Amino acid sequence: MSDCMSKLIRTTADIMFLFITVFGFYIVLHGHLTPGGGFQGGAIVAGGFILLIVAYRLEDFLKWFQKNTFQSCEVSGLVLFIGTALAAIPLGYLFFMNFLNGAGGLFGQAVSFGINPGVLNTAGTIPVMNIAVGIEVLGGLSIIILYMTSGIRSHEEGE
Amino acid sequence: MRSIAAWLTIVVLGASLLFAAVSLPFGSPAMSDMDDYFISHGQEQTGANNIVTSIVFDFRGFDTIGEACVLFTAVFGVSVLFRSRKKGEDYEYE
Repeated sequence: MSDCMSKLIRTTADIMFLFITVFGFYIVLHGHLTPGGGFQGGAIVAGGFILLIVAYRLEDFLKWFQKNTFQSCEVSGLVLFIGTALAAIPLGYLFFMNFLNGAGGLFGQAVSFGINPGVLNTAGTIPVMNIAVGIEVLGGLSIIILYMTSGIRSHEEGE
Repeated sequence: MRSIAAWLTIVVLGASLLFAAVSLPFGSPAMSDMDDYFISHGQEQTGANNIVTSIVFDFRGFDTIGEACVLFTAVFGVSVLFRSRKKGEDYEYE
């Protein structure tokens, strides 16, 4: 565990990390149009971070990304998710009402009914909740692997 | 005697479950009122083209809130389990 992997694996991880992250955020953002959503896309992005943890040493990874970043990612995702659901109440709707749908603002374009490829700027609060859940899942799964890796290391050092 | 009774129970249970599985026609559920409602009204009520996402994040949003809280609790448990001990700190329950 003290050494990082070979240069081949590290270079491949460097290149693939970008594509995995972009693909994961694509899955998150297009959750209301194509198969996928917040959970799936967040898991893919967390997979990119886990690839970096496996290919490099933990100290190298912690130089680039703080542990607090993932923790605040997770907490802010959960708060944004519940806050979006609660924000309908002061505006005069019921809890979890899709109040942005068709309102014309953010994600508020009117959807054309029937079979169509879809527009990104539709579906109201659903994309907002998708992004919130995606942020939460990417922080949560990454922090689980970070904790487990540091647990392995402290065990190997004979602590 | 006991082994005969056990085998009889297994055979009867397995045959009845198999009969239930085989006699159910594939692709035609017995009650499809909810499915028909979601398929015909989901797009105009939520604005999402993906019916699965419209169910998960709009019709059954409470379920998703519970899932998110379950994930948060799982991460919390892992962080408690794998925390780094301070120097000279013993396990309290050993």
